[in-house]
Amino acid sequence: MRLLIIEDDRDAAEYLVKALGEVGHVADRAGDGDDGLALAQDGAYDVLIIDRMLPKRDGLSVIHELRTGGITTPVLILSALGQVDDRVKGLRAGGDDYLAKPYAFAELLARVEVLSRRRVGPSEETLYRAGDLELDRLSHRVARGKQEISLQPREFRLLEYLMKHAGQVVTRTMLLENVWDYHFDPQTNVIDVHISRLRSKIDKGFPQPLLHTVRGAGYMIRDGAR
Amino acid sequence: MTALGKLLKTTAFRLTLVYLAVFALFAAFLLGYFALNTRRLITEQITSTIDAEILGLAEQYNQGGIRRLVYVIEVRARRPGSSLYIVTTATGEGLAGNVAALAPGILDKPGWLETPYRRLEEAPGNEHNALARVSQLPGGFRLLVGRDLDERERLFEIVATAGRWSVAIVVVLGIAGGVFVSRRVLNRIDAMTHTTEKIMAGDLSGRLPVRGSGDEIDRLALNLNAMLERIEALMHGLREVSDNVAHDLKTPLTRLRNRCEEALRTAKSDADYRGALEATISESEDLIRTFNALLMIARAESGEARDYMTEFDAAEIVQDVSELYEPLAEDKGLTLRVDAHPAPVHANREMVSQALANLLDNAIKYAAAGKPREDGGRPEIVLSAQSKDNRVMLAVGDGGPGIPAADRLRVIERFVRLEQSRSEPGSGLGLSLVSAVAQLHGGELRLEDNAPGLKAVIDLPRAVPTGAT
Repeated sequence: MRLLIIEDDRDAAEYLVKALGEVGHVADRAGDGDDGLALAQDGAYDVLIIDRMLPKRDGLSVIHELRTGGITTPVLILSALGQVDDRVKGLRAGGDDYLAKPYAFAELLARVEVLSRRRVGPSEETLYRAGDLELDRLSHRVARGKQEISLQPREFRLLEYLMKHAGQVVTRTMLLENVWDYHFDPQTNVIDVHISRLRSKIDKGFPQPLLHTVRGAGYMIRDGAR
Repeated sequence: MTALGKLLKTTAFRLTLVYLAVFALFAAFLLGYFALNTRRLITEQITSTIDAEILGLAEQYNQGGIRRLVYVIEVRARRPGSSLYIVTTATGEGLAGNVAALAPGILDKPGWLETPYRRLEEAPGNEHNALARVSQLPGGFRLLVGRDLDERERLFEIVATAGRWSVAIVVVLGIAGGVFVSRRVLNRIDAMTHTTEKIMAGDLSGRLPVRGSGDEIDRLALNLNAMLERIEALMHGLREVSDNVAHDLKTPLTRLRNRCEEALRTAKSDADYRGALEATISESEDLIRTFNALLMIARAESGEARDYMTEFDAAEIVQDVSELYEPLAEDKGLTLRVDAHPAPVHANREMVSQALANLLDNAIKYAAAGKPREDGGRPEIVLSAQSKDNRVMLAVGDGGPGIPAADRLRVIERFVRLEQSRSEPGSGLGLSLVSAVAQLHGGELRLEDNAPGLKAVIDLPRAVPTGAT
């Protein structure tokens, strides 16, 4: 994956370039809004990581300029401003996802990978499949092998989100944001309990577990055989 | 600036001057008008008297010829008074009268005239002004009848003097009044300025003097005092927060640092280092969480989040939040019961959700530690939403140990954690945030006795009243 990081803090940016390099992604760096805009306009990147507060031209203006110029590269906004209204402003300006600083690298990586997939993958399938687990989004039916699984509506949405991003790490915050639409951090890790309930429904009694915990990052639906 | 200079510059004094000028002009105009009219009136009176007298004398002449006229005039001329008479022949030879010196040629032109004259019995140089009429009688005789004008002049003089005095008195009294009023105002304003200077210098406890008369300066002072009250409260809050931040962020930072140092000193294997690093990361995450909570409280208190309010049913939020926490509660052996009635409200959905989540999080944390129910059932947490009299109440009630009545107000403050809860994870900001969110919407957080346990109620107005803080 090719990424562009527009961030004025040299240390933070170099840390990201290095960390992304370690997991096999190539990242370029721009130190201000104007340089970043010029590089991003090539359209050769899979995902853009843009800081909000930049010298010369602020992040939201870069995004706005790109979107008016017809560049649809997914954008992850990074910002020290993490309140809901800041997030709303960021997404309205044309950003695709928003991550407040300070962040965990695993969180950033998970979000970047989901964003890049959004671009290439067929976006709206009606049937999700992972191993022998099937989820039909139209009839709301879930089955593993021949066995029908009955889920609560919220469990269904949770599984739907996990399966949509099968093979990718999905963090707890991503689940909270996308399945529950909450942007705050519950003090207790309520998501873990929901996952373990879901796990007991889809994995219990099957030799091959599909719902995996990725340590220090989140969860992943993965066909173990692959 | 000198005291006098200051006084002269006051609005009150300047207004006094303007009023004074207008008033003096008006008085002068009035008196002038009065004097002129009086003068005209007197003149009219004199002319009509003279006319009548001439008519009468002409009658005498017609009836009794010049002899009779001379006789009558001599009688009249001897009377003391202000009338003057002359009868002459056509050549100007005086026949009778009481006037000594007259300008020559006056008697040749019949008609009205104003002329200086001297009475016969008076010494030369003692001249007066008179209004007189000259008429020619048949036979060439000339008759002059006049009236002394002294009376008229004296009256005019009296009025003019009165006018000058009254204007002078008005000006003197006006300036004195202006100085008096301006000094009163100036004294009060000076007192206010003095206080504001003290406040600007950093002493926020100063208040503007209020005299209790309820006038406009008092009202201004009261409003400014209310503003100062608010500023002082905010500053106090800010100081408190920074003290707390210093304490509650420095404590975990110290722990963090100690842990790193200890790892550097004692760790022998990679696994030791890994363990220390992981502990460090988790510690820093707690710090970030505390920091976020503080920022969110600040955001709620600043009132900015009011721009993001929507209309929704609070019952839905109660359902959603309880659904999020239900598995956790069940894991802890608790029953979550929802008693939600439709309660439409205009509020910041995200913030109200978070507030409710905080309350529920607390309830789950503490209810599990409560006594089991007497009927042997699982401890229960009740979430409710109801709407009553334009207010919306969201409540979380548990059967846990509750909070002693004396501590209920205190726990809402930032970073306050009761002894019993110190062992539980948490920042001590949860209830502060809930309270800040309630206040943002013009409502309040109430902690009540659930007998046993705690009932936390978020009491909101159906829509945020304008001007709520």
